[in-house]
Amino acid sequence: MSAKREIALTVNGEQRTLRAHPMERLLDVLRRDLGLTGTKEGCGEGECGACSVLMDGALVDSCLIPAGQAQGARVVTIEGVAGDARFNSLREVFLQSGGAQCGICTPGMILAAVQLLERNPAPTMDEIREGLAGNICRCTGYMQILEGVAEAARRATAR
Amino acid sequence: MAGGQGEHIVGAPAPRKEGRDKVSGRARYIDDLSFPNMLYGTTVRSRIPRGKIKKIDFGPGIAWSEYVVVSAKDIPGKNCIALLENDQPCLADVVVNHPEEPILLLAHPERHALAKAVAAVEIEYEELPAIFTMEESERGDQIIWGKDNVFKSYRIEKGDVDSVWAKADYIVEGEYFTGAQEQLYIEPQGVIAAFDVEKGITLWGSLQCPYYVHKAMIALLGLREDKVRVVQTETGGAFGGKEEYPSMIAGHAALLAMKAGRPVKMIYDRAEDMAATTKRHPSRTRLRTAVSKDGQILGGEIEMVMDGGAYVTLSPVVLSRATIHSGGPYHWPSVRVRSKVVATNAPPHGAFRGFGAPQALFATERHMDKIAKTLGLSPAEIRRRNFLTQGQTTITEQEIREPIELVKMLDRALELADYDAKKKRFANENKTGGQRNGMGIAAFLHGAGFTGSGERYLASVVGVEGCADGRVKILVSSTEFGQGTNTVLCQIAAEAMGLPYEEVTIAQPDTMEVPNSGPTVASRTAMVVGNLVASAALGLKQTLAAGGYLREGGAAEEFRAACAKYVAERGELRSFAKYESPAGIFWDDEKYRGEAYASYAWAVYVAEVAVDMTTYSAKVNDFVALQEIGRVMNPVLARGQILGGVAQGIGFALYEKVEWRNGRMANSQMTNYIVPTSADMPPIRVYFEELGNKHGAFGAKGIGELPMDGPAPAVVNAIEDALGVPFDHVPLMPEDIFDGVEAAGARASELHFHAGVR
Repeated sequence: MSAKREIALTVNGEQRTLRAHPMERLLDVLRRDLGLTGTKEGCGEGECGACSVLMDGALVDSCLIPAGQAQGARVVTIEGVAGDARFNSLREVFLQSGGAQCGICTPGMILAAVQLLERNPAPTMDEIREGLAGNICRCTGYMQILEGVAEAARRATAR
Repeated sequence: MAGGQGEHIVGAPAPRKEGRDKVSGRARYIDDLSFPNMLYGTTVRSRIPRGKIKKIDFGPGIAWSEYVVVSAKDIPGKNCIALLENDQPCLADVVVNHPEEPILLLAHPERHALAKAVAAVEIEYEELPAIFTMEESERGDQIIWGKDNVFKSYRIEKGDVDSVWAKADYIVEGEYFTGAQEQLYIEPQGVIAAFDVEKGITLWGSLQCPYYVHKAMIALLGLREDKVRVVQTETGGAFGGKEEYPSMIAGHAALLAMKAGRPVKMIYDRAEDMAATTKRHPSRTRLRTAVSKDGQILGGEIEMVMDGGAYVTLSPVVLSRATIHSGGPYHWPSVRVRSKVVATNAPPHGAFRGFGAPQALFATERHMDKIAKTLGLSPAEIRRRNFLTQGQTTITEQEIREPIELVKMLDRALELADYDAKKKRFANENKTGGQRNGMGIAAFLHGAGFTGSGERYLASVVGVEGCADGRVKILVSSTEFGQGTNTVLCQIAAEAMGLPYEEVTIAQPDTMEVPNSGPTVASRTAMVVGNLVASAALGLKQTLAAGGYLREGGAAEEFRAACAKYVAERGELRSFAKYESPAGIFWDDEKYRGEAYASYAWAVYVAEVAVDMTTYSAKVNDFVALQEIGRVMNPVLARGQILGGVAQGIGFALYEKVEWRNGRMANSQMTNYIVPTSADMPPIRVYFEELGNKHGAFGAKGIGELPMDGPAPAVVNAIEDALGVPFDHVPLMPEDIFDGVEAAGARASELHFHAGVR
């Protein structure tokens, strides 16, 4: 692994600078160096989506992103979404619909839903299914997650 | 959420207790915790299935002095994972019996320094011949365990089965197979251990059963019970996979921590977790049934074999549940069941939601369709004519005393699924086109709680504490791992005491703080532990009333003040309840006869499946799940249990295939072990019937495992309906469907040929 170097990025709206090996995973840098443990590791190979974060507005698996690639990027994690009033209803519907059981996929699932609703504020059920298909949940069978996201969309457009 | 006087919190959609932490990313799982000076630990595992360890070399290029190294020689107590039999070593020292068997442990301050050190350890073996299939094990090609490779066998004998064959109009035989299945909780196994000469060992981990780990550590580490403390952290899914395996990883972390004198964290990566930890037992079941021409089962023989892997772990208990469930929800006037679980040189198989019942019921429910086809009856009719009714007995001769409404449930499920109309339409449409559709039924049961005398031996204890701030705290070792323990037990205590839901909390499971309420397994928590919580909660209220602190019928605010006053004046306020087995429960462990379970949940599932005739992939398009579960404690959580279980059951049927290579899982990655995504799932329609249960809290029965039992047979029955080709195994992959269709086509043209020349 090459030497550590300085990496500057914006995380949840705050400018952060840290020293890391550029080939380290963004996931580890977020969890270890920035203490943002809401982002989870499920598989380490970009299959499960538990480590999903938004990078410059796009949903990415942070286990596949080298930290060096995040130089200058805007990264949003569950902690950032949790503090953002726009996403209150998404958290509320996950609670009410039963969208969170064991909770380990929930942060990634909520970030996937955030991106979906930003790109498509009034998705059909099939579009929600497709939009969340990169995030694996082993507890819920997905139905209550899909229903929650549909309800969040309904509330947002009804406003 | 209210729930005070006049309103019922049991049966209401109370929000998940720990839900807010989970949706905000604040919930702390084991890998989110860190201690000063902490090391990271890892495991050096066998790379051969069976052999003797001759020599271990620590290869060049590694600064070995930076590493803590633990071998079997460092174990202060007994080198075993104490559970049922103490046959599984914590670290292999002389022989290895499966390809992932732990041999050495390493720890280092840097997580990334572990992999290259593991690769540098060179182990020389004298290889021994290994066996990988149930058939090799049964034949005794090699004896790898005991005298005959058999971990455990059972026999059930009801009525005079030998006399029925002569009376039978039809004798229907079938053989059915199920594959291994990975639990695939999204949070891998993980533990942190810290050792202190005064306090002993403390373990924090992702686990289901704190007291299982507690017992195993006492044996392994040779410590007194008060020198072992086990704390469950937020657990990201378990499904049985964190029932027995945590004792292994906890033992490893503990040994490293004791040798290092520093805390040690061990977290498996996905590949190690999938390859090395337990999976669902593969199975083979043969049924031979005597049937009358009007479709009555007269009797039968059931023979079941399970692959247990290299060590016993929980195999006898899994086999027990499989054996008892093998008759399905039907009346067998006579039956003989013989079952056994055998050793192979694979990592031990273990607990997975359903615990043997999904394997047994796959065979039973496929066989019912075979009987129907043989007799020219519909799948619905053959079930209707053989369902258990009140007053009849199960295969263990347990009398069904409580209401049971299987015929009504079947009719309702068929109507909800629009079964008759669709079946007719599909039969017509399937003659042409690139897609074949079919409808499949599964009817089944799941016994709640420990089998037979199990609950009596467990003798679970539950506590409820009145706190200084006037709130109530439940003290149990029962754990939350997504299924809703925290929420439902708090609902039960609130209901029993007439308090608002918000006034009740639940302690973090910690063996220093909570009594042993038994393991969180076997769909027993709401029913058995819930009952004890209700009883302890009432006891607490009575203590306050008897002491003159609380008047009869006082409001919630009065309770809070009374509780706070009691604690201020008299100190600790705790009430405990201990399990007592209900009167009239009889179970004979020798003959496997009697009251196998205090209650059963019943279900009828209907699957609509489409097979693409170009790709031969099958997809479930509609799914009706109807079940009778006594009482729905929380409609959102109960529905969530069914939805998740059905999804895992569909995975078991169509997607999840473990590829074995010489005892090792070759596809130990999420890239090539496929579980259903949101795009694969049909709309699952969940319906409940509630007939109550006198043995469960507020009428509850077990619910967690039930939905795992039905989907696989319902889906494969639907595929037979679509294609007219019977399949006898799961997982049923597109290549299997292709082979089945090709073989059926070849048979058909051969018949045609013979007919032509005749």
